[in-house]
Amino acid sequence: MEDELAASITIQGAVWGGAKAFTVTSGPGFSLMMEHIGYAAMTETPCVFVDVQRGGPSTGLPTLPAQADMMQARWGSHGDYGIIALCPNSPQECFDLAITAFNLSEEFRVPVMLMLDECVGHMTEKVIIPDAAAIDVYPRRFTHLPPGEFRLFEPREDKVPDMVRAGDGYRFHVTGLTHDERGYPSMNVDTQRSSVTRLLEKLQPFTGERALSETADLEDAEVVVVSYGITSRVAQRAIDLARQKGVRAGKFRIISAWPFPEKHIAALAPKVKAMVVPELNLGQMVHEVERAAAGRCKVRLVPHAGGTVHNPEAILKAILEAAE
Amino acid sequence: MSEQTLEIPCNIPADAVNPVEPFLRMDRMPHIWCPGCGIGTTVNCFTRALIDSHANLDKVAIVSGIGCTGRVAGYANLDSFHTTHGRAIPFATGLKLANPELQVVVYSGDGDLFAIGGNHFIHAARRNMDLKVICVNNLTYAMTGGQTAPTTPSKVISATNPYGVFEPAFNLVALAEAAGASYVARWTTFHVKQLSRSMEEVLRKKGFCFIEVISPCPTLYQRRNKMGDGLDTMKYYKQASKIRHGAPTAECDLTKSGEIVVGKFVDRDRPSYFEMLNSQMTETLGDRYAEPEVMCEQC
Ligand SMILES: Cc1ncc(C[n+]2csc(CCOP(=O)(O)OP(=O)(O)O)c2C)c(N)n1
Ligand code: SF4
Ligand SMILES: [Mg+2]
Repeated sequence: MEDELAASITIQGAVWGGAKAFTVTSGPGFSLMMEHIGYAAMTETPCVFVDVQRGGPSTGLPTLPAQADMMQARWGSHGDYGIIALCPNSPQECFDLAITAFNLSEEFRVPVMLMLDECVGHMTEKVIIPDAAAIDVYPRRFTHLPPGEFRLFEPREDKVPDMVRAGDGYRFHVTGLTHDERGYPSMNVDTQRSSVTRLLEKLQPFTGERALSETADLEDAEVVVVSYGITSRVAQRAIDLARQKGVRAGKFRIISAWPFPEKHIAALAPKVKAMVVPELNLGQMVHEVERAAAGRCKVRLVPHAGGTVHNPEAILKAILEAAE
Repeated sequence: MSEQTLEIPCNIPADAVNPVEPFLRMDRMPHIWCPGCGIGTTVNCFTRALIDSHANLDKVAIVSGIGCTGRVAGYANLDSFHTTHGRAIPFATGLKLANPELQVVVYSGDGDLFAIGGNHFIHAARRNMDLKVICVNNLTYAMTGGQTAPTTPSKVISATNPYGVFEPAFNLVALAEAAGASYVARWTTFHVKQLSRSMEEVLRKKGFCFIEVISPCPTLYQRRNKMGDGLDTMKYYKQASKIRHGAPTAECDLTKSGEIVVGKFVDRDRPSYFEMLNSQMTETLGDRYAEPEVMCEQC
């Protein structure tokens, strides 16, 4: 396509035509896609956006790493809506989470963001690609109701509606305007409240039981490093060094960053002295950690404006100070 | 109202149905358009084209952008998409690529297709993407209050140029031809027969087809320019239009109150996007190339 504005809506046309579709971008391209992330959220179009984060703002640091689009991924389009964001930290996980991203987009009918960073994006490592038959694919949930009985945005019990595709005789209507269960524009307070509330509520499971994370050494931890993407690999080194120095450091790696796994962080907070949050930005996900920890432990940001990864010593220093 | 008007016979049988009703979502009536607006006239022509083309309506999809014209998709009893401002063409491109058996019609306004969406228009025409693009050109951004659009002729008074437009306007038919469209025509809402026929023609034609329909916006354009109401505009279209099939599109500029050249200007065959894709891949890969199976029954 000619640009990111086009790519981000072409994929949605393809989805309503019956295909699975995704688009990939970095930096300014992600900014251009924002309107259509909102369109996908509003029209409940399952699709995947891959953002290989680089330093910003604006053209910023092409091909140098950052993790500074995390808030944009969550809030970048106007209005209230929810998305899912996943943060791989290796080429293998890029492969695995790309499949997860498609599956979750179908299950919850939301745009799913795969939030890489330049390091993970350019990394070369062994990737094991399983047989196609061994890959779990969540099929699109097409309605079984005949045309006439089917209502395009009538939610099932899990608050997610069934899908159709163009050409199957349903003669359905999709609009980015606030719409009723038939899909017809219905711009009033009641419809706005019920539809926008549902867009957020259907993702509630990701704050707890459906959240994806990787943890280690949490049982005895006094300080937990909360990190994601490439930074989690740098943090691992700092955790190991801290343990060598006798500080009981643990790991909480965020894999599903949005919705934020707040129930897990809230449960962990009273058990530890501090959480250390290294990010390749000047403080984004740390605000979520603080919100979930709600004062029950210290929360310490280790910022980095981007361009390289952290020096593990900087994270180690924060761990040692937090343990005091 | 004169006595004469009252005498018009109107013995409409109780069970009479307007022939276009099955093509419209009657549960969404009344529509939002103003009295005298030309958009409804174009929709009437479109439904007649659908009837005459005997298209399988389950396989026709309509995609609109945003604007008064953008609301057309919502009233058409087809698979219909009201997308974002300017992006109907890329959405339609995705729909067509995923399901090539669909006949995909893009129905939108001049501001939508040629200001914010202008880039997509030229690229889809360049690719000869199999889309039928119908542009209701009311020479303004109507829905937002009658601002100057890239189509507003010089000297016109608009919300954003209260002392007259001074930028040159796009000549849409020349733009479409230069970008590579396979079919280019222009009509006004006075030319209902010709417009229906053109629409029917593009429903049968392969490749990127473009029909511009000059249409009144009495509420914001004609009123502000003291050009009368919808009916006065019909009289102007009737008197000012010259049918010149095959006219060089470069000579078809529009002015505030001058001649309107209408007709079919371009009707040519260029390889479509899919043909170019398949031929290039076959040339390069030979037997190893399989046409993409984009439709996934299970997914
Ligand atoms: C990105 C964006 N910018 C601006 C708008 C506001 N807007 C709505 S309709 C419209 C103009 C539509 O003009 P046109 O396509 O000519 O349609 P008409 O109303 O004249 O039929 C604009 C600017 C919008 N919806 N989205
Ligand atoms: S504002 Fe103009 S274009 Fe829009 S419905 Fe009214 S007359 Fe038609
Ligand atoms: Mg207009």
